[in-house]
Amino acid sequence: MKKSLLILLLGVLAVVLAACGGGGDDASGEAEEVEVIGEDLEDATELTFWTFVGQHVDLYSDAAERWNEENPDKPIKLVAETYPFEQMHNNLLLAIQSGQGGPDMVDIELGQFPNYLQGDIQLEPMNEYVEPVLDNAVTSRFENYAKDGNYYALPTHVGATVMFYNTEIMDEAGVDIDSINTWDDFVEAGKQVVENTDSVMWNVGTEDWLMDMWPMISQQDSDAFDENGELILDNQTNIDTLQFLQDVIYEHEIAEVAPGGMNQSEEFYGYFSDDGAASILAPLWYMSRFLDSMPDMEGKIAIRPMPAWEEGGKRSAGMGGTGTAVTNQAEDTELAKEFLAYAKLSEEGNTNLWTVLGFDPPRWDTWESEEVQADNKYYDFFGDGIFDMLLEVRDDINTLHFTENTPEVISEFHTNVTQETIRSNTSTPEEALKKAADAVRAEME
Amino acid sequence: MSSPAQETDAMVRDKQPNKLMSILNSKKVVPYIFVTPFILSFVILTLYPAIHGVIMSFQKILPGQVEWVAFRNYERVFNPNFYKALSNTTIYVVLTVVILTLIPMLLAILLNSKAVKFKTFFRASIFIPALTSTIVGGMIFRLMFSEADSSVANQIVHLLGFDSVDWRYNAWSAMFLMVILASWRWIGVNVLYFLAQLQSISSELYEAADIDGANAWQKLRYITIPHLKPITIFVSTITIINGFRMFEESFVFWETSSPGNIGLTVVSYIYQQGIGQNDMGFGSAIGVVLMLIIFVISLINLIATGTFKRGDE
Repeated sequence: MKKSLLILLLGVLAVVLAACGGGGDDASGEAEEVEVIGEDLEDATELTFWTFVGQHVDLYSDAAERWNEENPDKPIKLVAETYPFEQMHNNLLLAIQSGQGGPDMVDIELGQFPNYLQGDIQLEPMNEYVEPVLDNAVTSRFENYAKDGNYYALPTHVGATVMFYNTEIMDEAGVDIDSINTWDDFVEAGKQVVENTDSVMWNVGTEDWLMDMWPMISQQDSDAFDENGELILDNQTNIDTLQFLQDVIYEHEIAEVAPGGMNQSEEFYGYFSDDGAASILAPLWYMSRFLDSMPDMEGKIAIRPMPAWEEGGKRSAGMGGTGTAVTNQAEDTELAKEFLAYAKLSEEGNTNLWTVLGFDPPRWDTWESEEVQADNKYYDFFGDGIFDMLLEVRDDINTLHFTENTPEVISEFHTNVTQETIRSNTSTPEEALKKAADAVRAEME
Repeated sequence: MSSPAQETDAMVRDKQPNKLMSILNSKKVVPYIFVTPFILSFVILTLYPAIHGVIMSFQKILPGQVEWVAFRNYERVFNPNFYKALSNTTIYVVLTVVILTLIPMLLAILLNSKAVKFKTFFRASIFIPALTSTIVGGMIFRLMFSEADSSVANQIVHLLGFDSVDWRYNAWSAMFLMVILASWRWIGVNVLYFLAQLQSISSELYEAADIDGANAWQKLRYITIPHLKPITIFVSTITIINGFRMFEESFVFWETSSPGNIGLTVVSYIYQQGIGQNDMGFGSAIGVVLMLIIFVISLINLIATGTFKRGDE
């Protein structure tokens, strides 16, 4: 009798404790995928790496194998863990706030990066590796991750914004895409497309401003903040640009709101594969969306620079991105930095960014190398001229300006501005941007 | 207690192996042992974080730099976004309380009546949604209620002769989506509560009513519903609390930002500010305000329904 009572008691205790440890139905802290390289090596230093894109692991596992062959005196054991986007950034933020539990190396998305540059910066400067190669690279992409002269992360790509045209629709409409040089030309071409085909020319998104508003203001040397961190979201250039986005839908009627709210959504992939629209404005890394989600479009897509705002104006902008950083919680920060530079910044590392991941590498001295020019699935899909076009626009790419309030600007833009001007057409661009800027200014005090 | 010393010693020696057991089993100790797991988990997982949250709400927290800012976080709380979040949440609470008490009550009465066949089957199928996670269920809802003409919901709307609806972009349909997801998921659980209570109502009461010539409606009105009162109070109270804490139903449709903040709830606002924008102190301040709101409303609810008086009646 007594024994059974005790057993019952312990049983209850076990259940309660298990329930405490187990957590909710989706709050588990487990990584989706873990890959380990160099497990069998003795004395290997363990490097943990967190990412939110499983594909990125290929770059590092490849580099780790080469590293261990070339550096038998300082072998590494790479543990690469993939988490969902939100969860990885939340875990990292909490690890950095509390000073423990963080990884040695980590991928941080560009829009989230300002969060990690506040307070005492917990990331290691990479200057000794970055400074020697800056002359041969698109420097603005390194500046995105810099503060007070220190470079805290290595970029994954240039993210040059380009226009992807559906050549079948363009031919049917009788438009020569090489004659589209300015946004005015683009509107004229759009009118022909709408007149002669069942498709619209383009889509404006409401939830992904780096696919329209941001590159279009960046190519005019504007931004949400200026280089001193002052908010310029509601300056005249930005108002005019938003006006243009509103006009292509409601005035010229050559575009419609992107299905799913943005061009990176399941709804949009189906719509575009079904000839819903004739063009997509997106950074070059959008190529992989075609390969993964719109494979039927092979051979139908041509890549051209963005239209300029005036003849001779800038024809691209660097958008999106992931910076890889070493945290100060690394067991051996010097080794982690050396390996990271080896994997991502060296000539071979940059070549691999293209051959393994299909990204336009930040170092343009690799763009014309044999390895980069060799056949691969991207050339099969989009034709051969990708890097010739990149060389043409490489000096057009401006640095983006970030502050700790950047996430607020993006949130205001997606929440209120696009809703009122693009989706419902109830506000003028000037009213909407002024209102958003005031809301952010209130936060900045 | 006047027994000689040796005798006591002998007793103690005899009882030694069982001494621990007898302490554990004594009426004074056992209750504490039983509540220990709860107390421990409450102190570690609820009380400590809550106190720490209150402290954090007075701070500006950055890595390596924690600064005391007094009431500055609270001064920022009462802004238009917070009011929008609060009004969304309040509407959501009112709707879910009404739907999640009335419908389960009616379903339970129906499932308990002799007229219905395949009761076990219906009970099981109503309960199954509770086993899914809100996120998984929500993903399916999101596809069903996509704005495309081909989505399930829009197909139905077409059959009724209306145009396609942009479900995730209108204020009314946004609220509809969140409420229907919560209702789908929780109705089964609440039906179980009501069923349990219904089965405890003595059948003699109904027999007596039959003898007095009461009809079905009178039996429902004067026997069943009054007996369901305690469980109704319980269900409505937890629905109010869960409603104010709601987060996943909004997150699954819009993640952190919804058009015109139509899906913003107080907790998603905490998440957006505290974690998304790395402003933990401000997030904590919103959390403290939310805690006070829930406390006051639950108190009003419990006083109004007479819960505190039950013992004296």
